[in-house]
Amino acid sequence: MSDAVTSLAARPVVYNEAIVKKCVIAAMFWGVVAFLVGVYIATELAWPQFNLGLSFINFGRLRPVHTSAAIFAFGGSALIGTSFHVVQRTCRARLFGGDALVNFVFWGYQFFIVMAALSYVMGFSQGMEYAEPEWHLDLWLTIVWVCYAIVFIGTLFKRQEEHIYVANWFYVAFILTIAVLHIGNNIALPVSIFGAKSYEVASGVQSALIQWWYGHNAVGFFLTAGFLGMMYYFIPKAANRPVYSYRLSVVHFWSLIFLYIWAGPHHLHWTALPDWTQTLGMAFSIMLWMPSWGGMINGIMTLSGAWDKLRTDPGLRFSVTAVGFYGMATFEGPVMSIRDVNALSHYTDWGIGHVHSGALGWVAFITFGAIYYLVPVLWKRSGLYSTRLANWHFWIATLGIVFYITSMWVAGIMQGLMWRAYDAFGFLQYSFAESVVAVHPYYVIRLTGGLLFLTGALIMVYNLIQTVRSPSTVERQAVPAGLALAAE
Amino acid sequence: MFIRQETIEKNAVLLLVLTLLTVAIGGIVEIVPLFTIETTVEHVKGMRPYSPLELRGRDIFIQEGCYLCHSQMIRALRDEVERYGHYSIAAESMYDHPFQWGSKRIGPDLARVGGKYSNDWHYGHLKYPQALVPESLMPRYAFLADTPLRTDDIQARLRVLRAEGVPYTDEDIAEAPADLAAQADPQADSAALVKRYPKANTVPGNGRAVTEMDALVAYLQMLGTLVDFADTNSERLQQ
Repeated sequence: MSDAVTSLAARPVVYNEAIVKKCVIAAMFWGVVAFLVGVYIATELAWPQFNLGLSFINFGRLRPVHTSAAIFAFGGSALIGTSFHVVQRTCRARLFGGDALVNFVFWGYQFFIVMAALSYVMGFSQGMEYAEPEWHLDLWLTIVWVCYAIVFIGTLFKRQEEHIYVANWFYVAFILTIAVLHIGNNIALPVSIFGAKSYEVASGVQSALIQWWYGHNAVGFFLTAGFLGMMYYFIPKAANRPVYSYRLSVVHFWSLIFLYIWAGPHHLHWTALPDWTQTLGMAFSIMLWMPSWGGMINGIMTLSGAWDKLRTDPGLRFSVTAVGFYGMATFEGPVMSIRDVNALSHYTDWGIGHVHSGALGWVAFITFGAIYYLVPVLWKRSGLYSTRLANWHFWIATLGIVFYITSMWVAGIMQGLMWRAYDAFGFLQYSFAESVVAVHPYYVIRLTGGLLFLTGALIMVYNLIQTVRSPSTVERQAVPAGLALAAE
Repeated sequence: MFIRQETIEKNAVLLLVLTLLTVAIGGIVEIVPLFTIETTVEHVKGMRPYSPLELRGRDIFIQEGCYLCHSQMIRALRDEVERYGHYSIAAESMYDHPFQWGSKRIGPDLARVGGKYSNDWHYGHLKYPQALVPESLMPRYAFLADTPLRTDDIQARLRVLRAEGVPYTDEDIAEAPADLAAQADPQADSAALVKRYPKANTVPGNGRAVTEMDALVAYLQMLGTLVDFADTNSERLQQ
């Protein structure tokens, strides 16, 4: 290795930061789109007149736009961008495969997102949640994803560090498992080579379990493992402290990826899925609590000795709050996976609240934290344009999340209780329509929460634009640009 | 079998292979037996493939994202059985490529909505839900009544589904265009249709072109009607 060190000193690595910048911009753009569409469909649920009787903005066609924009466009752009940033810095190697391949991954992925969104509003859908894109788009995404894997894994192979850093384990698990899930859940035969329509090869109960094996592990590997990779780089960087426990990161990595994949059947409790499968899903979901909290403890305790930074660094505050929400959501999840709790919570808005405490509290907050850190680094600015605005963003967004999840808890538990309530004569007490009326106020509160969250994101966009427009600090540095990059 | 983490994290190939193996186990253990254990899908009388018009109605159901607000899975819980009917069994979705069990009830479950309301009610309700259910949050689907149904590829659709295991016969495929037209025309002779697809519900149509709404209503009206639960028993429903 001493040769490598010598040559490194002689020839500093110039990282590909242009691609990370593009991904950051895309993530912020799609974040705003996802929150905006979310606010609109929340409005449709509060007041159905907002559907306007138009096919392309009806709730049924817009909801996939919202979920895909949030998960794949916002989350995906953030994951690709941060993974490219992290893998270069922790391997001390420029991205593998050349700039053309790297740019293809970015633009190919953006093209997929735009085409998917257009296809939903035009009425093309496979009819499976979070896997709505039809077969031709699935094929395209497969090609893009394989190229992404080649770039990322190729960079691991050409690393100049002996060890692969913990963040990269999580990114690797995310990239590989998402490839397996995407292919596994999208095995379908097209009606015609020239048409979009296809029929999934599996049917009924098998189709259901494959879908939730996919769906739950989109949560487990896209929205959890990938973002844990983000956590393991940006929290130590922002806090300027080493990861709390190496041993804990090893134990929780392997147990997390092993256990997560089993948890899918908890989406199908009390259904026509055989009981043995449901029981397995429940048992593994409960076990999953432990590795999830292992990750949470490792993230939060990394601040040991640097807690004061929470007061001064709003980006770090986003990251740490995100880990807190992660801990909360990964406790709520195992509780909801218990069959008897699920009997009440399933099909209700409790599930929607749960998913948003993960999506807004964990995924979006950890991304905001990473982006607040990244923008000054990438654009060579001394810091954010305004810490005050970032503080405002933090509190407005946090308040929005609280509005969102508490209203959905109340609405969901109320629905569950009303649906199973019996009157004194032993008849069902409420019609379904009565439960719809009862949740209306909570749908309005939820909408308010979404609006607050969107407002916070717009403040962030303004703050970041102003940061980029502020004077660069690069001229003031006496060292050559290449060395400065490598020393980041 | 014990490999030190220090070895794994210095070797990218090892990390990749072990990660893939680790994530493969759970899925294989849970999914593969569903295809091999014979009792996973119950053996009950009455299940048949969708008629051509019902199948196209199901396509419209997916196209409009109905599954995002309506489940088609009555769970084996007392209140659900009383509200919606006999709990759903796996056999009832054996021809569903893909399944449409749903995950959220913004509206009620539809697994047994077939025959609960008249055809006229469905047409009126789809066009303007709040006229019939004032509390409803459902969007208006009047545009479906103005959209002619694409029918020219109906045989290709049946053929693809047959390749995936749905038992359509050569005759079913040959007669698909005629069956589709007959189910959307109350004046037509539906004897052949009903012989091939028992309990198929003829929708009134508008006398001109078959619309997407005709197909959707034909689909909704057959949901959950095929299996005769009086004719079966708990032993046969044991998975």
